[in-house]
Amino acid sequence: MSQATAMPVKSSGLDGMLIGLICILGAFWSLMAAARGVDPQMVAHGWLMLGGFIIGLVLVVNAYSANGRVEETGLYHDNVIKAGAIATMFWAVVGLLVGVVIALQLAWPNIFYFEQFGFLNFGRLRPLHTSAVIFAFGGNALIATSFYVVQRTSRARLAGGLWPWFVFWGYQFFIVIAASGYVMGVTQAQEYAEPEWYADIWLTLVWVAYLMVFLGTLWKRKEPHIYVANWFYLAFIVTIAVLHLVNNLSIPVDPFGSFSYRVFSGVQNALTQWWYGHNAVGFFLTAGFLGIMYYFIPKRVERPVYSYRLSIVHFWTLIFIYIWAGPHHLHYTALPEWAQTLGMTFSVMLWMPSWGGMINGLMTLSGAWDKLRTDPVVRMMVVSVAFYGMSTFEGPLMSIRAVNALSHYTDWTIGHVHSGALGWVGMISFGAIYCMVPWLWKKKGMWSRALIEWHFWLATLGILLYIAAMWPSGITQGLMWRAYNDLGFLEYSFIETVEAMHPYYIIRAGGGLLFLAGAILMAFNMYKTITGDVSETEDEVTPQPRAIPAE
Amino acid sequence: MYEALAGFAQTWGLLFFFAVFIGVLVYALWPKNREKFDAAARMPLNDDAPPSEDGKKDESNV
Repeated sequence: MSQATAMPVKSSGLDGMLIGLICILGAFWSLMAAARGVDPQMVAHGWLMLGGFIIGLVLVVNAYSANGRVEETGLYHDNVIKAGAIATMFWAVVGLLVGVVIALQLAWPNIFYFEQFGFLNFGRLRPLHTSAVIFAFGGNALIATSFYVVQRTSRARLAGGLWPWFVFWGYQFFIVIAASGYVMGVTQAQEYAEPEWYADIWLTLVWVAYLMVFLGTLWKRKEPHIYVANWFYLAFIVTIAVLHLVNNLSIPVDPFGSFSYRVFSGVQNALTQWWYGHNAVGFFLTAGFLGIMYYFIPKRVERPVYSYRLSIVHFWTLIFIYIWAGPHHLHYTALPEWAQTLGMTFSVMLWMPSWGGMINGLMTLSGAWDKLRTDPVVRMMVVSVAFYGMSTFEGPLMSIRAVNALSHYTDWTIGHVHSGALGWVGMISFGAIYCMVPWLWKKKGMWSRALIEWHFWLATLGILLYIAAMWPSGITQGLMWRAYNDLGFLEYSFIETVEAMHPYYIIRAGGGLLFLAGAILMAFNMYKTITGDVSETEDEVTPQPRAIPAE
Repeated sequence: MYEALAGFAQTWGLLFFFAVFIGVLVYALWPKNREKFDAAARMPLNDDAPPSEDGKKDESNV
């Protein structure tokens, strides 16, 4: 054999000690919160977090045998990615299911209404849905794929010993704290930044560890060039850290209370919030997933990136322009008009880098277009890039002030978000997981290619129903809201516009149901692939090395 | 203060971004970098295990 596959190195144990210390300090604070919490939500969260930290401590201790812990430095660290792939799939089903529930609630307001169960209200479930799909599903997909890609393109094992595991479990812990908080009514009432101060502090810790693991792996790399996918992942990690810190500046009312006051107010708060909110789209839902696109599409179709030069221009223009687009959420508000115009201008400029990236992703199939017909996973990723192109065309259009006057606050926005989230983010993540599962578990392929086909068509049809319902619904809403009669009175009462939405909401719920059904098929397919014997499959993939190639 | 800051952002900010953009284009299109970027475009495809001594692909560790 030309290479050493195993190079066991004894771990220093510093990583385990530090993580253990974090768990002990966390458990201590949680116990105080459980005992002295000033509100019932804080007490409940205190007990929950105490349990989490104790489990964490047990896991750390378990990682060590009597002789310490051995790190296989010659092998890629794949177990944490396996866990990430499973978590991604789990949260996808949860998040989409909650989405279907709230879509049904909008179509039939009383469908899940029980007076004694306040947590089933739309207002409590809506942030649960958005956070579960964006941060739990999307976030886990990003963490898992970034760990996969950075190792393979750096030819180095993940840095940090136990820290990647800390990132994985710490992130799940954050999701559980945030989600349980929403249903209990713990929220800062900032869209996509709902978790309260203690959850935010915890996420900061996890995110710094994530950044350190990622940078540490790049630092150890055996390739002189840092591959473009890693640039996108790095931009995602760094920017999310900055956004998270600034948009969550708040002062807790009590060190053991679940409520805090934000330091910003009024229009300053609005601008900070939408600077955060739009860059959650730009850097979480776009830059990170472009990292997936730039690795998994070339890998799956076995063709080089169409134009690496274009990918460099794509990267730098995208990150420099996206960060300014936020003010387009605040047209016709107290925000100075020049700042609104600035946000709009930068949004329109985003057309160019976005479409450059889309072309780069699609043209990577040059010479392998036949795979579009034969490989449903490739088809999934290509449809995803097509949706990336569509939603990054629609977004700038909607950011133009005159268009925004019609589209803002209507379902058009919801349709736009879902063409991006279901089409682009969802499909590229599914594609990447379909690639990674056989590679990671050393299987010949996925258990059933027919199920992938079914997933593809269910998901695509679901998205089409969803966005095709939300466009007319949104435009109808916008036109009804702005209609005046001859005497200058509003033509329609608000409830009349709600009634007009009813059929569209039913179609939308149907679309969501199809998308969810596809994801459930995928979860089943993944379960069969991991546990079953895949000796005969149509979905044959090229096996990927487990060991780090020698130089 | 507001006028000064807004004015600064609207003039020097524009020039700065334009300069950054030109810099990126020059870096991406610089002829000497072509070889490096062509190799980089193939990076996802090159992470197979190296061939073993008999010239066959080493699949013992996959």
